Amino acid sequence: MVHFVRWAAAAMLVAVASHSPAQERPHAFVGARLLPIDGAPIENGTLVVQGGRIVALGAAATVVVPPDAVIVDAKGQTIMPGLVCSHSHIGAVAGADGSGPIQPEVRALDSIDPRDPGIQKAQAGGITTVNVMPGSGHLLSGQTVYLKLRDGRTVDDLAIRNADGSIAGGLKMANGTNPQKDPPFAGTRGKAAALVRAQFHRARDYQQKIAAAAGDASKLPERNLGLEVLVEVLEGKRVVHHHTHRQDDILTVLRLQQEFGFRCVLHHVSEGWLVAEQIAAAKVPCSVIVIDSPGGKVEAARLSMTTGDVLDRAGVLVGFHTDDGITDSRLFLRSPALAVRAGMARDKALQAVTIANARMLDLQDRIGTLTVGKDADFVVLSGDPLSVYTQVLQTWVEGQKVFDLADPQDRLMAMGGYGASRDQAMSMCCFGTQEGQ
Amino acid sequence: MMTCCTLFAALSLLLAAAPQEPQKAPAGDFAVAGAKVWTMAGEPIADGLVLVRSGKIAAVGPAAGLTIPPGIPVLRAAVVTPGLIDAHATVGLSGLLNVPHDQDQVEKSSPMQPELRALDAFNPRDELVGWLRGLGITSVHTGHGTGALVSGQTMLVKTHGRTVEQDVVVPLAMVAVSFADAGRAAGGKSPGTRAKSVAMLREQLQKAREYAAKRQRDAATPVDLGLDVLAKVLAGEVPLLVTAHRSHDLLSALRVAKEFGIRVVLDGAAEAYLVLPEIQAAGVWVVPHPAMARTGGDLANGTMELAKLLADAQVPFALQSGYEAYVPKTRVVLWEAGVAVGHGLPAAAALRALTIDAARLLGVDARLGSLAVGKDADLALYDGDPFEYTTHCTGTVVDGVHYPTAGR
Repeated sequence: MVHFVRWAAAAMLVAVASHSPAQERPHAFVGARLLPIDGAPIENGTLVVQGGRIVALGAAATVVVPPDAVIVDAKGQTIMPGLVCSHSHIGAVAGADGSGPIQPEVRALDSIDPRDPGIQKAQAGGITTVNVMPGSGHLLSGQTVYLKLRDGRTVDDLAIRNADGSIAGGLKMANGTNPQKDPPFAGTRGKAAALVRAQFHRARDYQQKIAAAAGDASKLPERNLGLEVLVEVLEGKRVVHHHTHRQDDILTVLRLQQEFGFRCVLHHVSEGWLVAEQIAAAKVPCSVIVIDSPGGKVEAARLSMTTGDVLDRAGVLVGFHTDDGITDSRLFLRSPALAVRAGMARDKALQAVTIANARMLDLQDRIGTLTVGKDADFVVLSGDPLSVYTQVLQTWVEGQKVFDLADPQDRLMAMGGYGASRDQAMSMCCFGTQEGQ
Repeated sequence: MMTCCTLFAALSLLLAAAPQEPQKAPAGDFAVAGAKVWTMAGEPIADGLVLVRSGKIAAVGPAAGLTIPPGIPVLRAAVVTPGLIDAHATVGLSGLLNVPHDQDQVEKSSPMQPELRALDAFNPRDELVGWLRGLGITSVHTGHGTGALVSGQTMLVKTHGRTVEQDVVVPLAMVAVSFADAGRAAGGKSPGTRAKSVAMLREQLQKAREYAAKRQRDAATPVDLGLDVLAKVLAGEVPLLVTAHRSHDLLSALRVAKEFGIRVVLDGAAEAYLVLPEIQAAGVWVVPHPAMARTGGDLANGTMELAKLLADAQVPFALQSGYEAYVPKTRVVLWEAGVAVGHGLPAAAALRALTIDAARLLGVDARLGSLAVGKDADLALYDGDPFEYTTHCTGTVVDGVHYPTAGR
């Protein structure tokens, strides 16, 4: 009997946790200030979501609320798209090991712990999509993974899939001081670039052998998992996410990018403000970190809070990232706020945590704005997104509520406190509460 | 001859304005007008005015009731507060670049070195001192860090960025002790456990007690610099600043304080919310970890609501930037306070913690921490709500010297 009860409880848990079906009844959020990001703010707006997608939004008078809709009163609240973080280390992610500087075959997705509290803390910060990256201690530390912060039990529940069903992600690379180590790592910048160039030449050769085989299996080169990934990079199917701080290191990335023609996002770019024109000319987007003071490492001594603004004005696509645990996912909105403080246009700063980051992950058609047809990923805020006084009240992913400040367990994750850093069971915040609220 | 002297004078001026020098005008008389002036000695004043004379506050009150002496400059701001006091930092010892030669906040050669003076380690011209000054902080309680059981002394210093002799306010403020993980040693060295940390400190305090008695009996007893400092702790002249996060480590600090009848200040105190009755009963001050401190290691149970919870429990506290091993190399106590305010701490309580309460904690409330006649002219000027993310500190005044904040 006891066994049966246990089994039944476990089965229930599985039922609850397995990739929840999008709600069938439409939900209409009424009375909110909507920040669609791809258009002007809408006062007293209505947002209707159903089946995991946004089905309507606009001023209250212009939106027909379906008669069977669950009405959610959001008067006085602000709703904006779920935040997209283009660079994070939540999920207890790991990548390459100490055996060598270049390990493209290593996948971040094979390390993700879906119960890592960092995931729920990110939900508490309004983050709905995240590029989880291995670290910067290698020239190439592995494949990154793009996650939707659904309430999931497995990494597959969280993973974003490409059109062909493969798991979406980029490739993490780094230059500057972090990957500088004793052999077989590079000890200097010149050596680092040479190792990377040699690797891309190997990948190019491999690509050419595959092309030459013209589908004849007997002529194909021996399968090489690492080179396969680099071929995806050479073919533009996988984006390089490149850690880089100093102005000369930034230009080195652009030089390699031009030589091999890969698609690239520059990350951190502490000294990007010194080479904004060059970055703009290369048409390479930047995912910028906002840190409370310069320094902490030699190559960040000239870090500036104006970087986002300077790059934006130069015409560069600018995003911000948490680099969690460097900054806290729960306070992600501080980054655009501090950028506005440093002169950045408000709309650009909000784009930089939504649609701009979505573009950097090739997900701009699915997320990043409140647009009919896009995923119903959104954040309900108590006020202006760039105010220190504003709280994230709720976070919704594909029409499912994954964070609710009114739920005690979710509140613990938002504020911190006893047990907030332990591995978490999947959130039970919203089970059974969504209908009829 | 005249030309030569003129040239020399011009050259001196040029040198004085060399780019490495902090920008400063001579301390003169001027007025600061604020649409809102938080004096911290009463309710905030709408349309307030502060008159600064020879580095001191000469008058403060509603502008309508004060006369600005003719010809003196007027600085204007939306909000004016007393210059902020960072109640615990390592800035000036843990330098900008974070390379071995600019990191002087902890000396690992021995677990207990109370003889290490902050004065001898502080670099007033480290860029991060100027960074903090640009963000409203006019005094910093800085010194040795949390990486050893007794890492050394702390001091209170103004953020002018001149010389430590010119800028110091309290040369020996506290003695830094760590009951946190960071204060324990690995690899078979001591202290390797919590119990050993406490045992070693108790033994050292006992030694200092005997040393003080011996020195009193016999003035020829050779000076021991470390025990000398601990004797001051035993005499109640100087508190121990005990960094501890886990609740049981906090109680260890209170236990030692009671045993030796010494003053302790609890630093970090991530789990203070679990032992509030004990903290209240001991009547000690807490300097809670920065609101944005990373919640790893023994801060795993940290909360951004800690300052609010202390305020609710009426535990006296002041706010800090703390120590960072990586980036940001220094936190900004104004911004940490902002996040605490965003997490429930009333703004007025946050401002008290950043000004008059920090001054009380450091024993300098007669001189710093509020805008009152005769006090040091230390002010911070803002273009809006000091705690709002998008507000700028537009400048600070330290001892009557105006430092406009450059850039953003």
